[in-house]
Amino acid sequence: MLHDPFESFYKTEDLLRELQIDRSLGIYRIIDPGGNIAAEKEPDLPREFLITMYVSMIRTRILDSWLLRLQRMGKVALHAPNIGEEAVGVGSALALERDDWIFPYYRNIGVFIARGVSEEEILDRNIANADDPFKGKEFTILGSKKHRIAPSTVPVGNQIPHAVGFALGATIAGERIAVLTIFGDGATSRGGFHVGLNFAGLHRLPAVFVIQNNQWAISMPASKQTGSATFAIKGVAYNIPGVRVDGNDVLAVYLAAREAVIRARDGKGPTLIEAVTYRIGPHTTADDPTRYRPPEIVKRMEKYDPVERFRRYLIARGYISEKEDIEIQGFWSKTIEDIVRKCISKPQLREEVIFEDVYSRTYWNLEEQIREFRESLEVMKKLGIGVE
Amino acid sequence: MPVLNMVQALNMALREEMRRDPRVIVLGEDVGRRGGVFLVTEGLIDEFGEKRVIDTPLTEMGIVGIAIGLAMYGFKPVAEIQFIDFVYEAFDQIVSEMAKMRSKTGGMFTAPVVIRAPCCGGVKGAMHHSQSPEAYFIHTAGLITMMPSRPHDAKGMLKAAIRSEDPVIFLEPKSIYRTIREEVPEDDYIVPIGKARIAREGSDITIVTYGAMVHTALEAAELAERKHGWSAEVIDLRTLFPFDRDLLIQSIEKTGRMIIVHEAPKTLGLGAEISAYIAENAIDLLRGPILRVTGYDTPFPLAHEKLYMPNVARIYLAMQKIMMY
Repeated sequence: MLHDPFESFYKTEDLLRELQIDRSLGIYRIIDPGGNIAAEKEPDLPREFLITMYVSMIRTRILDSWLLRLQRMGKVALHAPNIGEEAVGVGSALALERDDWIFPYYRNIGVFIARGVSEEEILDRNIANADDPFKGKEFTILGSKKHRIAPSTVPVGNQIPHAVGFALGATIAGERIAVLTIFGDGATSRGGFHVGLNFAGLHRLPAVFVIQNNQWAISMPASKQTGSATFAIKGVAYNIPGVRVDGNDVLAVYLAAREAVIRARDGKGPTLIEAVTYRIGPHTTADDPTRYRPPEIVKRMEKYDPVERFRRYLIARGYISEKEDIEIQGFWSKTIEDIVRKCISKPQLREEVIFEDVYSRTYWNLEEQIREFRESLEVMKKLGIGVE
Repeated sequence: MPVLNMVQALNMALREEMRRDPRVIVLGEDVGRRGGVFLVTEGLIDEFGEKRVIDTPLTEMGIVGIAIGLAMYGFKPVAEIQFIDFVYEAFDQIVSEMAKMRSKTGGMFTAPVVIRAPCCGGVKGAMHHSQSPEAYFIHTAGLITMMPSRPHDAKGMLKAAIRSEDPVIFLEPKSIYRTIREEVPEDDYIVPIGKARIAREGSDITIVTYGAMVHTALEAAELAERKHGWSAEVIDLRTLFPFDRDLLIQSIEKTGRMIIVHEAPKTLGLGAEISAYIAENAIDLLRGPILRVTGYDTPFPLAHEKLYMPNVARIYLAMQKIMMY
């Protein structure tokens, strides 16, 4: 339909009502930092589901601390710590239906745990041992076709247009699924964020965008990332409702994501969620935050801890007892420690994986280079020299 | 057999592939009702509708990024970049994501997108409508790069690109979009990836080239034959990477001399790679230096473009040099 731009006008009030701009400026919270109900209505979720949520966060935290240790031990090349941000990945992933897809980023171990990927697979990937499903090409990233998790990527926010393209594909194919993608606050400055939101808003695609706003892009605080009042407000220009939630409140993340997922699956279009959290650790194991951030600030932020908050809530409401909690923590500490021991003792990857999966077949240039590579290994053996 | 130009042959290839495989989707700027600014996608929207012929907002990064997502879903996207000169906005998506999807996931995920784009000079397109940036893509592991020189190949090559399990950069030399007409079979045929062709047989010099320069090289070969009786063999690479090394070696065995011609700038152009390849693998066969006739190491100019581009005189000069060596 061609329209006359001077004759048409937007129904501003309707648009504002739909976008509910106040939701992108305030902060949505169910549980306060002390574990008490902060909302008018407590969500009615089955106990089993709440326990799954909690256990997913516990497992994420234990695995995360192991990955940090393994990096220090030289077993893992690099790790981007998740501590303090577990609720965003776990809450978002648990809001999805089984047939939905998720496009996480590199600080989303909780997504993998919540979707059923084993600690063993995550460790194999990070250690890049013989069982590494991605065969040792890149650090920190992971995906799982089986679990409908697209691969995360190191260049910040590059997965956003992929998620949108995937949502477009599902729409064309007539499959009514939601596609959720998570990325950091820094990613909102990159082109892919704007391209993705523009396209999703234009075609009302079943996409959910979750900004894991941990306040820091390496040393850059969120205040130096944008002049916008909040990150959630950025959806407005794209005709995408923005919702700002307490990202350390797993129930708030879950409920906001759940609403967005249902909206997407019902063909009502995309949603932008800003989950406000805090990066307790360094950007990665290669970063030293004391150069730009006083440790006292971090200390102050620890009282908002998402795992401790949810633990208090579950105990206060009688979902678990102190004793059960200790049992859960003990069980997973032991279980994950055993898995770590198993994974670090697995054999190394074959050397020739370097040349694999570059193309669907091996072209002559790589055939030649594989021959040269083998010769170099022979020479090393013969001369007794290595590369380390 | 219909006589078609390259635009019509490409259109036929797209139409046939879209009929053959419902997963094939075309997307880009103005590809719908407009049929693309050069009309390569003309009429596709009428036959296949808006779901399979998608007009996108003006963003190359978006076109490629969304095409990657479509490919991950299971579609076979053919993305049009309106002019290859504008592809740089999408460079990160091409180099970091599309080219590496298979590799970084150990083969679990792939992104076999075809990116089609008009390229190269000769139509007074000036700095930002004339470039030949193929070397960036050839340098990137995981990509296949192709450029046809005639309608018959254009159809068979685009079909091969669409059926490829690897991402393909498909460059279309716009100066010969409509200038060359030839018989193009209506049959389903492909020109396999990695196969060059001998555009002219000869025994004294091998001229390796591709795209519109094939025709310039043929003219230069005729001139040299008329003037000196030199017999030049012209090889049309068709697939720029992985290039047809066997045919190059076979030809150099015969001639012992090689000139590489391309519109792209000289330094680290494909000519540099082919020259190094021959030097590494067949130096004993050479009777003189390998010479390159290329675009100069400057931005593509508006004024005097035909002097900037390799032309008959420049190729003739190189032939003289190598024959007198």
